Amino acid sequence: MEKSPELTIKKSYYDRYGWLFWALIVLIIYVWSLQGLKLSGIQASASSVSKSIISGIFHPDWAYVYNGSGEDLVSLIVQTLAIAFLGTIISAVISVPFAFWAAQSPSEKWHVRSTSGKFVLTLIRTFPEIVLAIMFIKAVGPGSYAGVLAVGVHSVGMLGKLFSEAIENMDDGAEEAIVSVGGNATQVFALATLPTILPEFISYTLYRFEIAVRSATILGMVGAGGIGTPMLFAIQTRNWPRVGIILLGIIIMVLAIDSLSGWLRKKLV
Amino acid sequence: MDVMKRLPRQSWWQKYHLKTISLVIITGLLIILSAQVAGVDLAMFWGNLDQFTNLLVRMAHPDWAYITIIGQPILETIQMAIIGTTIGTCFAIPLAFLAASNIVQNSWIRGLVRFGLDLVRTLPDLLLAAIFVAVFGIGATAGVVTLAIFSFGMVSKLFYEVIETIDEGPIEAMKSVGARKLQIIHFAVVPQVLNQFISYFLYTLEINVRASTVLGYLGAGGIGVYLQRSLNEFNYSQTAVIIIMTLVVVFIINIISNYLRERLM
Repeated sequence: MEKSPELTIKKSYYDRYGWLFWALIVLIIYVWSLQGLKLSGIQASASSVSKSIISGIFHPDWAYVYNGSGEDLVSLIVQTLAIAFLGTIISAVISVPFAFWAAQSPSEKWHVRSTSGKFVLTLIRTFPEIVLAIMFIKAVGPGSYAGVLAVGVHSVGMLGKLFSEAIENMDDGAEEAIVSVGGNATQVFALATLPTILPEFISYTLYRFEIAVRSATILGMVGAGGIGTPMLFAIQTRNWPRVGIILLGIIIMVLAIDSLSGWLRKKLV
Repeated sequence: MDVMKRLPRQSWWQKYHLKTISLVIITGLLIILSAQVAGVDLAMFWGNLDQFTNLLVRMAHPDWAYITIIGQPILETIQMAIIGTTIGTCFAIPLAFLAASNIVQNSWIRGLVRFGLDLVRTLPDLLLAAIFVAVFGIGATAGVVTLAIFSFGMVSKLFYEVIETIDEGPIEAMKSVGARKLQIIHFAVVPQVLNQFISYFLYTLEINVRASTVLGYLGAGGIGVYLQRSLNEFNYSQTAVIIIMTLVVVFIINIISNYLRERLM
């Protein structure tokens, strides 16, 4: 916005008192939020429960770590990682065509193809993952398989968006080089487009895997396999030492996966 | 042969793409192993596909009259997100300053703070909700606390990254005239980061509105309570209305937040 010199010196009323308007709006929003929430219903046992949770976290149930039954912490964490890994691989494969569908061509901002593709990806992204998991449980029964399908479908929303942005921002030098020596569309795709974007695709997939590990830990709470099921069960039966060891397991798993994936991504890009 | 001489030398493992091939093989093995662990059975999926389509067909007939009932819980969801995000952000701001390398020079304090923040970020929202429902009982309080902790982890990281990218000039100017640490933060840091802070706050609010719609599934208030009820009663026409309304609300919040963030930039 171009402003003439006189205007910038003499502040308009909006510049001077505009913040009052915004402050009033913010105030109204907070008053509305606070009066609408019923925050008083804290149960009487809250402090004793939190004490037992904290003592449970400091005295974890070490016997649960591994007992060879297949229902112990290590096997369930492996199962959780398997759900996240397989789901991410599935979604990475599905995301590629979605990404080409949703990628904008540089010449035009609005296009039926790319706008519709972006809209579909937003829809997938906003559809709650646990509802997807519950829907897949109806189809394949409770267990890890439903979790894999839920992660696989839900991740397309975000991966497709990241992939399409990678395509939009791609350096097209290699493509032009292949075109200029007479390559056809397939050759351009295989020799220029794919090698250029593949590292970014893999990097985004690894990033999405980090997120999928977190989702896989909670999908079990609705019955879709992994560590979430015994976690929810331990909370409901007030077995705090068990909750403590599962929390520790999840924290270690997530930290390990994050640093492994971060290291791999640094090597890639 | 002339052309061959001009090509760069490749070691034998580069020539036969051994690295790529071994990575592909490892990934393939991991896929097979994961499929076994997760009990993936393609035949079962295609066999039960009719049940899945049946569910989709029932969801395709939303029970629009249900909107009048879920209006209030949807508003409660938004209120939970606003209060939770605000509480989380208030706690995140001081820790973000402690974690920023250009504010705190002592790498031990900084490392400790960052490790604590990393630990908070490892816990997924629904897991926190399950724990806080056990502590506070069923209701919006558990949801607000969950969202506060969840946004605390996220906001603190976003904020300290903002603080680390600021221009050092004003800070040095303040230092050279002998300002104290808090004065430096007030006059040299805050004016530089305020707009980005608000922008990231709105972004977190967006994510929290989305997250808060499912927290109620475990009893932490908001629309999720109704989501769980409808799913347990196999009342998919109501589930469909809840999901559609959630999508509409998330879209509206995204549009408002994007508009405000564009104005701030």
